[in-house]
Amino acid sequence: MVDEATKKTLAQIPLLKTKAGPRDGEQWVQRLKEEYLSLIQYVKNNKDSDNDWFRLESNKEGTRWFGKCWYIHELLKYEFDVEFDIPVTYPTTAVEIALPELDGKTAKMYRGGKICLTDHFKPLWARNVPKFGIAHAMALGLGPWLAVEIPDLIARGVITHKSSENAVKS
Amino acid sequence: METVEELKKRIANLEKQLAESLQTKNVSSRGKISAMSAEVVDSNPYSRLMALKRMGIVDNYERIREFSVAVVGVGGVGSVTAEMLTRCGIGKLILFDYDKVELANMNRLFYQPHQAGMSKVEAAERTLREINPDVEFEVYNYNITTVDNFQHFMDRIRNGGIGGAKPVDLVLSCVDNFEARMAINTCAPPLVVATNTDEKTLKREGVCAASLPTTMGVVAGFLVQNVLKYLLGFGDVSYYLGYNALQDFFPTMALKPNPQCDDRFCRTRQEEYQAREATRPKEEKSEVKKEEEIVHDENPWEIELVSETTAEELQAAEGDKPVLTKGVTVAYTKPASSPDGDNSATIQDNDLSIEELMKQMQSL
Repeated sequence: MVDEATKKTLAQIPLLKTKAGPRDGEQWVQRLKEEYLSLIQYVKNNKDSDNDWFRLESNKEGTRWFGKCWYIHELLKYEFDVEFDIPVTYPTTAVEIALPELDGKTAKMYRGGKICLTDHFKPLWARNVPKFGIAHAMALGLGPWLAVEIPDLIARGVITHKSSENAVKS
Repeated sequence: METVEELKKRIANLEKQLAESLQTKNVSSRGKISAMSAEVVDSNPYSRLMALKRMGIVDNYERIREFSVAVVGVGGVGSVTAEMLTRCGIGKLILFDYDKVELANMNRLFYQPHQAGMSKVEAAERTLREINPDVEFEVYNYNITTVDNFQHFMDRIRNGGIGGAKPVDLVLSCVDNFEARMAINTCAPPLVVATNTDEKTLKREGVCAASLPTTMGVVAGFLVQNVLKYLLGFGDVSYYLGYNALQDFFPTMALKPNPQCDDRFCRTRQEEYQAREATRPKEEKSEVKKEEEIVHDENPWEIELVSETTAEELQAAEGDKPVLTKGVTVAYTKPASSPDGDNSATIQDNDLSIEELMKQMQSL
């Protein structure tokens, strides 16, 4: 259900311990710290293995997250805005990661550009509450999604590389 | 980007819609009716409903006006649910949904192509007011799972009753996603009705959602039937009623609070209930007959079937599973929580503040 490479990446992301959502006051602040620590470590791991692929930041309450992710296809970099809210049910339910600019371009998406994950993701997440955090959702959710969908979107001509777009115009 | 041609088409479309809406305003349906009448005349919209009293099914049908119901999600199931309750003359409906009507919704009931682009709650309110102006409506076009909206959502549940300052009588969860469902009810684990087809073999190539108007109509019908029975006090209300369309199989069972519920307030209430129950006199249990073990006459090689996992291992992996009726299973299991032995992979706390961590993240 999860390939070996993803498993290895996943094993290197620090697990979280505080089970708290955005309505849990001080407990949430603790959880948010853990989220950041885990994410920072994951980004560092990615850089070390030459596979840096996203940046995220949040509002000061940590309830709304935004940033960029990118995917390299045939030596060209395709970059997209990422965003999601922390639902009141977090961490019992995972975050719903969205790439708004791809909304309507692929069937593997719900309204608002929320990516459609496989049947495996939710049970896997549920079995790992509260140990999994945002970093795990990125590694298990968005990472594999980009790897499957972006090459397909490029092949279908739905998305084009920004520089080649400019080249056509000029 | 839309072309001029497309924009022109859109304007023409909008003009047509405007003309239509002006026309319908002129032939306004009917005025409000202050009291439900049982008079059997063609012009009485409630005559067939009030006849349920004469037939001895419902004692006091007019009471339906005293109830307020929240419908969360007005998609395939929720919109039909809302329409049924509107036609029944429910006192008040509070609708929640953040979605817009799309042409992709036309495989289901209720919404019409000319409503594409409107918010679902707004489109629903217009149609429903037209059908029954006696019903009071409150509609909210937002996602209930975000922190701010959830606060407001909870406030409307607490104070959305008839006349205000009292809770709604029922909340109907008609949402299409796990997150919103958990926001409404954390207690019940997701259940699935076995279809005799392995769900894992379902092809999901290039699709995320599939639906039929029939399934949704069936589900909404059963939902509202039970709402009416519950509110008006007739018949038996089903705790759980599942539906497998492939075999026309309808499992039913009683539902109990989940002892593993994530909500600690819920678990506290459950403990209080258990304590109350414990003080009540016990009923004697009847003995359960043990099934006889099958022993084959001949087994010269002494072949035995041994499970790869022991009962204990299985229990640890799957946790406590609720007792369910035949044909219903949990969508997934959760391992029994074990005392944390190995903490090596767990985060190591440091003294940095959130602000410092945010800065560190940005500087990566």
